[in-house]
Amino acid sequence: MSELNKVMVEKYRNDFLKEVEANVEEGNWVKMCMQCGVCSGSCPFGPYWEHPPQELFMMIRAGKREEVLASESMWMCTSCYNCIVRCPRELPITHIMHGLANYAHRLGIAPKMNPTRRFAKLFWENIIKGGRVNELKLSIGLYFMDGFSNGVKKGLEMLPVGLGMFKTGRLNPFGLLSGGKCKGAGDIHKMLKKAKEIENRRKGFAP
Amino acid sequence: MTGAVATNETILVVGGGISGVTAALEVAECGKDVVLVEKNPSLGGRVSQLYKYFPKLCFPTCGMEINLRRIRANKRLRVLTMAEVDKVEGRPGDYTVTIRLSPRYVNENCTACGACAEVVGTEIDNPFNYNLSKMKAVYLPFNMAYPQRYVIDPSIIGTPEADKAKAACKYDAIDLGMKEQTMTLKVGAIVWATGWRPYDAAKIQPYGYDRYDNVVTSVEFERMMDPFGPTAGKLLRPSDGKEAKHVAFIQCAGSRDRNHLTHCSRICCMASLKQSTYVNEQFGDQAESTIYYIDIRAIDRLEDFYQKVLANPTVKFVKSKVANITEDRDSGDVILHGVDTEGYHRYDNRHDLCVLAIGMEPSVDARGIPGGVHADASGFIEADAANGAIFGAGCATNALDVNRAVQSATAASLRAIQVINKVSGAEV
Repeated sequence: MSELNKVMVEKYRNDFLKEVEANVEEGNWVKMCMQCGVCSGSCPFGPYWEHPPQELFMMIRAGKREEVLASESMWMCTSCYNCIVRCPRELPITHIMHGLANYAHRLGIAPKMNPTRRFAKLFWENIIKGGRVNELKLSIGLYFMDGFSNGVKKGLEMLPVGLGMFKTGRLNPFGLLSGGKCKGAGDIHKMLKKAKEIENRRKGFAP
Repeated sequence: MTGAVATNETILVVGGGISGVTAALEVAECGKDVVLVEKNPSLGGRVSQLYKYFPKLCFPTCGMEINLRRIRANKRLRVLTMAEVDKVEGRPGDYTVTIRLSPRYVNENCTACGACAEVVGTEIDNPFNYNLSKMKAVYLPFNMAYPQRYVIDPSIIGTPEADKAKAACKYDAIDLGMKEQTMTLKVGAIVWATGWRPYDAAKIQPYGYDRYDNVVTSVEFERMMDPFGPTAGKLLRPSDGKEAKHVAFIQCAGSRDRNHLTHCSRICCMASLKQSTYVNEQFGDQAESTIYYIDIRAIDRLEDFYQKVLANPTVKFVKSKVANITEDRDSGDVILHGVDTEGYHRYDNRHDLCVLAIGMEPSVDARGIPGGVHADASGFIEADAANGAIFGAGCATNALDVNRAVQSATAASLRAIQVINKVSGAEV
């Protein structure tokens, strides 16, 4: 258990709803859910979620902390916004899903092998390095996410696409070497560091 | 009728539905002069379009008959139909009201013999049946219409059709030269009872009311049960006329929804419970109703009715707000998709017909009522001292069932009488 997770368990003890309200983005909306089920029924990925949003909200209120935070469900959200558009109480469901996923990740109890989490991490690390996405490194990183042989297989599969992009000037093979940083990448790092400090302070997380 | 004499001891009642008729009768039977103004060619309002009332399952025609007898017997009550209030000026005890009268093209000589309608071929939508059927352009609004006088639709005025109708009349009752008229009335107090209208179901995009024939509203379903309705009292679905034995009812269609009406329309739960009995009435044990709901709001004694329907094995309850509806093009069946709250099971349920328990909105937004009244966020009239002697009654003030609308009308008439008594000095 991460240090932060221990702190939060101790702080909120039996009131997971309160914990969500205080720490999860848009978490204060969770109590407004009236369990009508329109979000779950409207979700295009609905059949593949273990717990649809409506159920997640009920689990939060029922204090099922471990089950919610370790769930793969909210990582399934593709941000189609169908649920937000139809929710009769205008809950920002999409944002709550991302908020829950992010919070679980911060606490270090999000499912380690969840592909969405791993891709999000890959993307984040890629973009903050140079202040700009290095597409070649990102896609190669994605191919090799599940081991070397899988990476080679996927790379070969995508080769025709890559060559096509190269021919039309959409892909720079030297990106692998150059890094493709933007000007003043160091300043971006400073800004991100500052933003993280502010967020930690606001949410009461240890620095 | 434009000569209607009124003084500042007269009470004006706006709207001739169940609330307006009740308020006008209560006031008149207390010995006050009343002018009752109705926009449509007949009194009766939306209640006259219902098949049965809940919870007693009796017919509204019965109460309508009693009310009409009371109206005919009362000399203090004057009824103006096809009349709308344009302007209200003044203050409590001394209002001047401007009323616009649309031409009916038929005068008091009419005996409702129907000879005019027989010779006319042009047909128009029948609003009494929520446009589910057509009627002649010369028409009696419905069988129990009051006044029992035909109406000529303005669309045929100036055509040979209108001349044919005039020629067919033996009583010199048709006057094609009638024009719109305006009149002003002096009144002391006003009861505003303009009622409600169903929310526009087409705005609930995922339910496809505008795309699928077999998605209808609860008010249309009422008309289907009426022997004089569009399907002659048979539950036949619109797409192919097949018997609708498998009926789905969707609750909160437009109500309790920040995208539509934020308020609870109150009547819809009971209306759907009642309508599930219609399906049994037609098909007995072969009937199969499914009610999709968030929670059932049957308050006070109405709970007994809910319990009775719960015990009915042909009625199924699914705790879920339906996410969307699709149509099976080959069969015309509607398929309801969603997730239920009791177990989170995903469903794709097929039904012959889907009835949207449609929400209630005020037919006149209180923010636009002449004379100025306090309005709530949904456009209903809110009681407020600043309203002066304009008193809301019935569904103009809130989403109410018939029972509560009548109570509200009686309360409003009592307040209006108090103002008149002050004017006449009758108050001690």
